[in-house]
Amino acid sequence: MIKTLAKQIKGFVKESVLTPVFMILEVVMEMLIPLLMKSMIDDGIENPAGANIEHIAITGGLMLLCALLALLGGALGGVYGAKASAGFARNLRMSMFENIQTFSFANIDKFSTAGLVTRMTTDVTNLQNAYQMVLRICFRAPVSLIVAMTITMMINAKLAGVYLIAVVFLGIVLFFLVRKTHKYFMQVFEKYDELNAGVQENVSSIRVVKAFVRENHEISKFERATLNLYILFLKAEKLMVSVSPLMMMTIYGSIIAISWFGANMIVGGELSKGDLTSMLTYCMNILMNLMMIALVIIMLTMSIASGKRVAQVLREKPTIADPENPDYDVPDGSIDFEDVVFSYSKTSERPVLNHINLHIDSGETIGIIGGTGSSKTSLVNLIGRLYDVSEGVVKVGGKDVRRYDLETLRERVSVVLQKNVLFSGTILDNLRWGNENATEEECAAACKLACADDFIQDFPDKYYTKIEQGGTNVSGGQKQRLCIARALLKKPLILILDDSTSAVDTATDAKIRRAFAEEIPDTTKIIISQRISSVENADRIVVMDNGEINAVGTHEELVKTCKIYSEIYVAQTVGNGDFDRKGEK
Amino acid sequence: MAAPTPGRRRNMQPRAKIEDPKQSLKTFKRLLGLIFKRYKVHMFFVLLCIIGSALANVQGTLFIQTLFDDYISPMVVRTAQGESADFTPLLFAIARVAAFYLLGAAATYAQARIMIYVTQSTMKDLRNDIFRHMQSLPIKYFDTHAHGDIMSVYTNDVDTMRQMISQSLPQLFSSAITIVSVLASMFMLSLPLTVLTLIMVAVMVVTSGKLAGKSGKFFLAQQTDLGTENGYIEEMMKGQKVVKVFNREEKSVEEFKELNDRLYHSSYNANLFANIIMPINAQIGNVSFVLCAIAGSILAVACEGMPVLGLSLGALVSFLTFNRNFNMPVSQVSQQFNSIVMALAGAERIFDLLDEKSEEDNGYVTLVNAEYRDGKLCETEERTGLWAWKHTHQATGEVEYKELRGDLVMDDVDFGYTDDKMVLHNIDIYAKPGQKIAFVGSTGAGKTTITNLINRFYDIQDGKIRYDGININKIKKSDLRRSLGIVLQETNLFTDTIMENIRYGRLDATDEEVIAAAKLANADSFIRQLPEGYNTVIKADGGNLSQGQRQMLAIARAAVADPPALILDEATSSIDTRTEKMVQDSMDKLMKGRTTFVIAHRLSTVKNSDCIIVLEHGRIIERGTHDQLLEQKGKYYQLYTGKAG
Repeated sequence: MIKTLAKQIKGFVKESVLTPVFMILEVVMEMLIPLLMKSMIDDGIENPAGANIEHIAITGGLMLLCALLALLGGALGGVYGAKASAGFARNLRMSMFENIQTFSFANIDKFSTAGLVTRMTTDVTNLQNAYQMVLRICFRAPVSLIVAMTITMMINAKLAGVYLIAVVFLGIVLFFLVRKTHKYFMQVFEKYDELNAGVQENVSSIRVVKAFVRENHEISKFERATLNLYILFLKAEKLMVSVSPLMMMTIYGSIIAISWFGANMIVGGELSKGDLTSMLTYCMNILMNLMMIALVIIMLTMSIASGKRVAQVLREKPTIADPENPDYDVPDGSIDFEDVVFSYSKTSERPVLNHINLHIDSGETIGIIGGTGSSKTSLVNLIGRLYDVSEGVVKVGGKDVRRYDLETLRERVSVVLQKNVLFSGTILDNLRWGNENATEEECAAACKLACADDFIQDFPDKYYTKIEQGGTNVSGGQKQRLCIARALLKKPLILILDDSTSAVDTATDAKIRRAFAEEIPDTTKIIISQRISSVENADRIVVMDNGEINAVGTHEELVKTCKIYSEIYVAQTVGNGDFDRKGEK
Repeated sequence: MAAPTPGRRRNMQPRAKIEDPKQSLKTFKRLLGLIFKRYKVHMFFVLLCIIGSALANVQGTLFIQTLFDDYISPMVVRTAQGESADFTPLLFAIARVAAFYLLGAAATYAQARIMIYVTQSTMKDLRNDIFRHMQSLPIKYFDTHAHGDIMSVYTNDVDTMRQMISQSLPQLFSSAITIVSVLASMFMLSLPLTVLTLIMVAVMVVTSGKLAGKSGKFFLAQQTDLGTENGYIEEMMKGQKVVKVFNREEKSVEEFKELNDRLYHSSYNANLFANIIMPINAQIGNVSFVLCAIAGSILAVACEGMPVLGLSLGALVSFLTFNRNFNMPVSQVSQQFNSIVMALAGAERIFDLLDEKSEEDNGYVTLVNAEYRDGKLCETEERTGLWAWKHTHQATGEVEYKELRGDLVMDDVDFGYTDDKMVLHNIDIYAKPGQKIAFVGSTGAGKTTITNLINRFYDIQDGKIRYDGININKIKKSDLRRSLGIVLQETNLFTDTIMENIRYGRLDATDEEVIAAAKLANADSFIRQLPEGYNTVIKADGGNLSQGQRQMLAIARAAVADPPALILDEATSSIDTRTEKMVQDSMDKLMKGRTTFVIAHRLSTVKNSDCIIVLEHGRIIERGTHDQLLEQKGKYYQLYTGKAG
C-alpha cells in the first residue's frame, strides 16, 4: 500500500522533502529561545560581575533572530506542506480516475459505484490530511521532543531525569489509551454510518412511512439508534478526556518536582537561576509534543483503511486491453458466435453462456427473448467486447473481436445498455456522446428515428434543455428514447437494444421499430425484450433459456414449435399480458 | 418518485457561506440557546470549572515568582552568608501549589466530563429533533428537496455542529477566562511589559484576522470545487459503462483533469493560509516573548526597586510564563474562527429544516374499531375487523358513527403542485365500495398525481374528495392513511427481518398473521427457502432479493394492514414471466373485495376493472369498461392495440 501511494508523490517530491526540513528549522529555532533566555538571566541580569546590559541586548537580538528564522521555517513549511498534500491528493484522484477509465466491465463490476465514489472523495481527503500531518508534524514533534530533551540534559542531567520519567509514564498511558479509544471510535463510526443509512432509507421511503402512518414508529427506531450512538460516544470520549487531567497532573507534577529539586540545587550551588527558568519553559514543550505524537498516531491509524481502499483501485489492472497490431477495419455487421462459453468468474461452477453457436447476417433484425437470468444481456455484451469469452470465438464482420482496436469496434457496435444513464448537460451535449461532431440537424434526425423529437420540441428550450444529473427531469420512457438516439448517432454497423424500450408505451415502441426498418435497413439490429410485441416482427427470434439457445426462428415458427416462446406468447396476449409499460420513474 | 418536479432544487451551493452577519448572530444565539436552555445547570458548573482551572493555572505561574524571589534568592543569600538554608517554608509553599494544581486538574477533568455529556446529549437531542420534525413534514418537502441535501444535514451539518459544541465552544470559554485572569496577573506584575504584550497581541489579532479572511475565501472556493468535482465523480462512476460503450474515456479524463486542477489550486491556497496562521501567530508570540524578555531584563537591572517600572527576577520569569499563556489562547481563538463560520453555516441549514412547516392536520373525524350491538354501530376497544368513522360534530359535541365502507368520490377536482400551474383539471371519479378503478394514460398524464391526493400527500386546490360521504379534509390524516393500503412501484423495504418488514403494515400483527399475509402474497414459499426464513435480514432496500420478490413483500405488507381501500401502482419493470404471474396473482388476491385505485399496466387488471379512466394532460378523456372503451376506438384503443389511431 505505502509503495503504491508513495508513487503518487511524483511532481511534489521537492515540496515533500522541504516541508519537514522547514518544520525542523522552525522547531530547532524555537527551542533555542529558552536556552538564550537562560544565558540572558545568568550572564546578563544575575551576572556576578554586575548586570550586563550589552549581553542582554545581544542575546535579545539573537532571540529575535531565532524567532524570525522560526517564522520563516514555519511559514515555508506550511506553504510547502499545503502544496505537497494538495498535489498528492490531486495525483491520487487523477491516477485513480485515469485507471478507472481503462477498466473493463469486469473491473467495474468488482467495485460498486458508491465504493468508487467514496474512494475518490472521502478517502482521498483523508489521505490528503494524513499526508499533510505526516509531513508537518511527524517530523516536527519527535525532533522537538528530542531537541528539548537533549537541551535539558545538557543543562542538568539530574533534573532532566524528571522529564524522562514523565515522558515514559505519559508515553505508556497514551499508548494504551490510543489503542483502546481507537477501538471505540471504530465502533462509533460504524454505528454512525448505520444511523445515516437508516435516515437515508427513511427519506427515500417516506411515502411508505407516511402511507402506513409509521412516523412514530420510525421516530422511536431512530431514537433508539441515537441513544446507542450516544452511549458509545460517551464511552469513547470519556476515555479521551481522561487524558487531559492526566496530562495536567504530569505537567504540574513535573513543575513541582523541578521547582523543589531545582531550588535545592540552586541553594546547593549546582544550578543557576537561568537554568531553572529554561527547564520550566521546556516542561510544557516536551509534554505537548508527546501529546501531538499520540494524536498523529490516532489520525494515521484511521487513515490506513482509506489508504488501502485507494491503493486497491490504483493497483487494479484492466482485464481487457487492445491487442498488438490491432485491426482498424470492420468490414460489415455480421456476427458469429462459435462455440462460445462465458462465465463472469473463473470459479463459478456453471458458465453463464454454454456452447453458443449463432450466425447473424449483416443487416438482419434479431429479437432475443427469455426469462431473467437466461443470459440475454451476457450474450450481446460479448459482441462489443464488453466482456471477453471464456472459450470459443465471437466474430464481427468475420474477424475475432479480440483482434480489433477496441475503440474502432465499439464505434461500429452501438449498445443501448439496460441500465442506462444520461449526463448533466443539454440534450444536445448528451446526444453528441454518440458523435462529437454531429450537427444539430443530425441530432434531430436521430431523435426523430427514436421518436424523441416530439417531446423534445415540447420542452421550452427544445434541444438546449438541461438534463439534470441522473436525468431526473425526464421520464423513464423519454430517457430510454434519448439513449437510443444517442446510440444511433454513432451510425453503427450493429445496433443492440438491451431492453431499451421497456418504459416506452407499446404504440411508440412499434413506431421506433418501424422507423428502424425503413431508415437504417443495413444496420444489424439486435433487440432484447420481455415483450413479445417488441420482437415478433424480427427476421429471426432467439429464445434463451438458462444460458443456452433454446430455439431460433420466426415468430410464426416459434409459436408453433417452441414451448417457452408459446407460453410467453399466451401469457402476454391472453388475459395476463402487458397492457402498456409507461414506466413511471 | 413519480411526482412531477416543479422547481426541484439541486443544491450545489458551497457548504460554508458567510451570510449577512445579523443572520449569523441570530443563528449563533439560537445555537447557544439550544445548549444553555436544556443544560443550564451543567453549563453553570462547566463555567465554574473553567474558572477554577484557569485560577489554578495562574496561581501556579505566580508561584514561580515567589519561588525565585521569596525562597530561592533569600536562601541563596543565606547560604552565601554561611547559614544553613531552611527548606521547610518552601516545602509548605510547594504543598500549597500542589493542592491548587490538584484542584485545577480536577476542575479540568470535571469540565471535560460534563462537557462531553452536554455535547453528546445536545447532539442526540438535536438529531432526534431534526428527525422528528422531518417525519412531520409534508411529502412536498421530500419531492422538492434533493435527498442528498436532506442527508447532508444529518451527516455534514450535525457533525460540524458537534465539533463546534465540543471543541470550539469550550475553547472559547476557557480562552476568554484565561485571557482575563492572565491579563489581570500581568498587570499586577508589570505595567509596561503588559502594555508591550498587548501591542503584540493586537498585531497578532490583526494579522491572523487578515489571514483568516483570506483563508476563509479560499476555503469556500475549495468547498465549491470539491462539490463540483464530487458531483462529476459521482456522475461518471455511475455512467462508467456508458463511457466505455461510447469511447469517452479520454474526453472524460480531460474534463476531470480540468476540475481536478482547479480543486488542487483552491485546496492548496486554502491549506496554505490555514497552515501559516499557526506558525505566524506562534512566532509573533515568540517575538512578544523575546521583546518582553529584553525589556524586562533591562527594567530588572536598570530600574531595580522603582515603583511602576522595576521588577524582580522572579516577577520577570513569572511574567514571561504569563506572556506565553496569554498568547496561546489568543492564537487559539483566531484558529477557531474558520470552524465557527462553518458550524454556523451548518446550523443555519439545520434550523432551516427545523423551521420548515409541518404537515397541517385539522381533521377531527377519527377511525375507530366498531361492532354492531342491537343493530346499532358502537365503538369498541378490540379489533373487530369492522371500522367506523367517529364524527364529533364541532358545534354540538354530538358523536356520530358511520361504518367505513370504502366509498370514494372525487368531485370536480383541480390540482397543481404549485398554485400557478394546474396539472389536474375537473377530475370526477366515483368508486363504490369494492370497486376497482384503473388509471391508464401516457407518462405525465397525471395518474400518480391522482393517487397522491386521496391520502392527502398533497391537498387539492379546488373541488372535493369524499370518503364514505365525509370530506377527507375533515378526517384526521393518520386515520385516513390507515384506512388506505398502498403498494408502490418502488418497493422501499427497510433494513430489518422479513417478518418485521411485513409487520410494518400493522405493528401489532402476530407472527401467524404475518405468515398468512405472506401466503396471500405468494411470498411464503420463497421466504421459506431463504437460509433464515422469515428472520432473514433484508439489506439495502432488498438488494439481495429479486424485483419480483420485493414486490410480493410489499404486497404482503399491505395485506397485513388489511385496509378497506387500496392504492396500487403496478410495476412496469421487466421481470420474467413466471414471477410476474405470481406477482399478478397476489395483487389480484389483495384487490379482492377492496375499493382499489390502480395505475394499471397489465391487461388483466384493466379488463377486470369496474371502470377504466384514461387520462391525458391532466384531464379525463375517456372512461368506461374495457369493452366499452375498445368500441370507442379512441386513445385507449390506441394504447391497447399499439396502433396509431
